[in-house]
Parts: sequence; C-alpha cells; structure tokens
Amino acid sequence: MQDLLNFIEPYMPLIMIVFYIILIVAPLMVLVAYLTYAERKVIAAMQRRKGPNIVGPFGLLQPFADGVKLMLKEVIIPKNANSLLFIFAPMLTFILALIGWAVIPFGEGMVLADINVGVLYLFAISSLGVYGVIISGWASNSRYAFLGAIRSAAQMVSYEVSIGFVVITVLLVVGSLNLTEIVVAQKDGWFVFSGLFPMFILFFISTLAETNRHPFDLPESEAELVAGFNVEYSSMTFALFFLGEYANMILMCGMTTILFLGGWLPPFDIAPFNMVPGIIWFALKIFALLFVFLWVRAALPRYRYDQLMRLGWKVFLPLSLLWVVLTAGYMVYFDKLV
Amino acid sequence: MTKISKIIKSFFLSEIAKGMALTFKYMFKKKVTINYPYEKGPLSPRFRGEHALRRYANGEERCIACKLCEAICPAQAIVIEAEEREDGSRRTTRYDIDMTKCIYCGFCQEACPVDAIVEGPNQEFATETHEELLYNKEKLLANGDRWEHELAANIKADAEYR
Repeated sequence: MQDLLNFIEPYMPLIMIVFYIILIVAPLMVLVAYLTYAERKVIAAMQRRKGPNIVGPFGLLQPFADGVKLMLKEVIIPKNANSLLFIFAPMLTFILALIGWAVIPFGEGMVLADINVGVLYLFAISSLGVYGVIISGWASNSRYAFLGAIRSAAQMVSYEVSIGFVVITVLLVVGSLNLTEIVVAQKDGWFVFSGLFPMFILFFISTLAETNRHPFDLPESEAELVAGFNVEYSSMTFALFFLGEYANMILMCGMTTILFLGGWLPPFDIAPFNMVPGIIWFALKIFALLFVFLWVRAALPRYRYDQLMRLGWKVFLPLSLLWVVLTAGYMVYFDKLV
Repeated sequence: MTKISKIIKSFFLSEIAKGMALTFKYMFKKKVTINYPYEKGPLSPRFRGEHALRRYANGEERCIACKLCEAICPAQAIVIEAEEREDGSRRTTRYDIDMTKCIYCGFCQEACPVDAIVEGPNQEFATETHEELLYNKEKLLANGDRWEHELAANIKADAEYR
C-alpha cells in the first residue's frame, strides 16, 4: 500500500487535473445534449408545436437516441477528400470548444487554470475555431463545403474585430485580464447596468455571428449550401462538429456572463440571494443567455451576406471603437483608471 | 425626418424587439399539434383512401364485372377477368388493383353502377414490400368486410351531393 502511494505521489497533480477536467467536461457534454433538446422544445413552443415527446418522459431521452443513432452510422470519407485533414477538422473544432473552459471561473476560486491572461486566452481559442471550419471545407473537396467554409471564415473574422473592441472596453474598466478579477470588479453592479450596456448588446449579437447561429447562420444556410462546411460529414465526425458548435455556444454565453453579467455573483448581495452557491447563479445566467440564442433563432430570418458584412464592418466596428474611446476618455477624465 | 426616425428605430432594434416579443407571447399559446398516431384529424366522407369491394347485406358480392372501373382508370391500375358463375350470374374471377399505380382519383368509385368498388377512409396501409401493395380480389373483399360500417356511413352522408 505504501509503495503504491509512493509510486503515484509524483503523479498526484496530474491525476487531480484529469479529475477536474472530467468534472468540467462531463456536465458540459450533458448540457450540450440537453441544449439540442431545449432548442427543439423552445422553437417548437414558439411555433405552437410540441417538439420531441416520444422518447422517454416528455421526450427527455431524445438527445441520447440521437447520439446513439449518429454513432451507429457509417463514417463516410469522400474519395477525393484529404482524409487526414478531413478527420482532423471535426476533432479540432471539438477540442477547441472544450479547452476554452479551462479558464472559466464557475464560482469563487472554482477555476481550472487561473491565468492572468484569461480573456486573451478565450479570445485566441474562439478565433482558432475558424480553422476547424476552413480545414473541413477545404479537405472535403466539395464546392458546397468550400463555399460554406469561406463564408464562415469571413464572417467569424469580421465579427472578431468588434468582439475584440468590446472586450477592450471591459478591460479598460476592470484593469485586468484575469477572468476572476473581472467578475470581482462587478461586485457593486454588473456591467450590463452601467454605461457598457450597448456593448453588452453588441457583444451578444457578435457572439451569435461568431458561433454561426441564427440569424447569422450563413455558413450552413440550408437552402443555398445544403449544410455548408459539414455537408460531406456523417456519423461521429458530424457529431463532433455538432457537439463543438453547441459547446462553443455555451462557452460564448459563459464569456458574456463573465464580462457583463457578473459571473457567479448573485443579483443582490442580500439574504436569500447570496445563500445560493455561485455556480448556480453562473449556470442560471448561462441558461438565460442560451434561451435568448434559441429565441432569436425562432424569431428572426437569416441575414443576407452583404447585410451581414455591412453590419459587422460599418455598424459594429465604428460603434465599438467609439465606445472604446468614450470609455477610455471617461476613465481618464474622472481619474478612475486602476 | 422620417429617415432620421427610421435610423433611430433600427439603431435601437425596436422592430427586432417587437418581433421577439411576439414569438415569446406565442410560446405560451395553446399548441396546435395533433399527436398523430394517438390522435387523428377529421376526415371528409369523400376521403379517397384504400380501396374495398363491398358486399350486399346477404353476403353476395356487389361487383357485376362490368369493367367500367377498369376502363376509366387513368393509371390502368385495375385488371378484371370475368366468367359466368354456375347460377348464371356474371361475376369476376380476378379483380386486381396495383396500389402503387393507383393515383387515388376516385374515378372507379364514380364509374361503378352498383357501389361495389369504393375508396374507404383507411390511409394507413403502408407496407414494407411492393408485392404487398398488389391487391387481389380476396384482399379487396376483406377490406370491404372490415370497413363496411364506415363505407356505408360515408356513402349515405355524401349521397345527396351526387
């Protein structure tokens, strides 16, 4: 027994990290599964339908039925595809959607990697997401997939610029790139209820574009491109894209929560509210944002491509830039810089 | 002036907010889904579903092998062969309908002088093979026996419009 303990002792930190990773990834996967269910239910309700209600009580086992179905299907690799990159692309998308969670603080001190450049890390990870899309589009060797990938790349790059400026306004106010410190800085009032409110709206709309969700889902616009960049994919390779996309949605909602909605902080720091653990508040805020993601999908039609680009470059970019200047001016003039 | 107010409106996303408020309101309205295999919508008496050959109340088959249905069938889905029976009456020896050729126009039903061939209310007769949809006389007569109650009611309900 002692020998065994001595043997694993140096590996203890590694084992603990793997344990934490499982602790984050397992609930995340369940959440992704139920996000697809929630999406179908919410959109159904808004269209006065019932949504899935056959598999299990209220159709609650539907996500697992879908998962099993996808796993049992055949992985088809097109003859002219670059098979190595073809397999690599969905893996990349999925991995990138997961590793972003390393720096997300779920509660006070509940963070896997409390690094001082958390925001930059998240920003970098979400930017890398475009590689999964563009590699899959190129490796498929199919026109539809390639057009979808090109659209997606252009769209994600365009909106990342304004996302960057929005993040800068928050950073100016907080004075730190550490996500935990950004949350703590909102103790006296979330940033949504301050002068940063327009930036919150802007950031939210940009995340819709960044995650290729409605009304900016041009990369996979069913009517024109069949399914966009993932048209050649089947079975688990497709499932990985799907999981990655939804995990990315949750990640972006988490990022919005941390930057603007006060992370794990309760809405009021008084008795019944601050007794609830922070992670519950964090989850509730993410769920609320995810609901808006689904709600937007049910309400709005898809943008045209030139409208999308106009919105990104001619509205969001100047607006966010203006707000950076305003915020910086305010901070300097009132001597509030940290 | 209208141009400026238009810009302000789009800037504050007022129309998007309105649209989203509407979809949110719809979320709590009564659902209109019919749970199909468990609940079914109403069917008109004129509904043209699966074919059936009817009998008289005494069990005698109605069809007199006049072949009007075979002649009028635009898809040529019906094949009839007829012979004289021992008692001297004219009856079919073969009455086949290829349900995969049939276009469910209802002309056979209109042509029939004795209300023998009818299209009933049954629409749930999907099969796994093509062969199962090649109906013969036995199958059609069995359908007639099975659906007689509904068939008679439908013919009666629709009679005054014919």
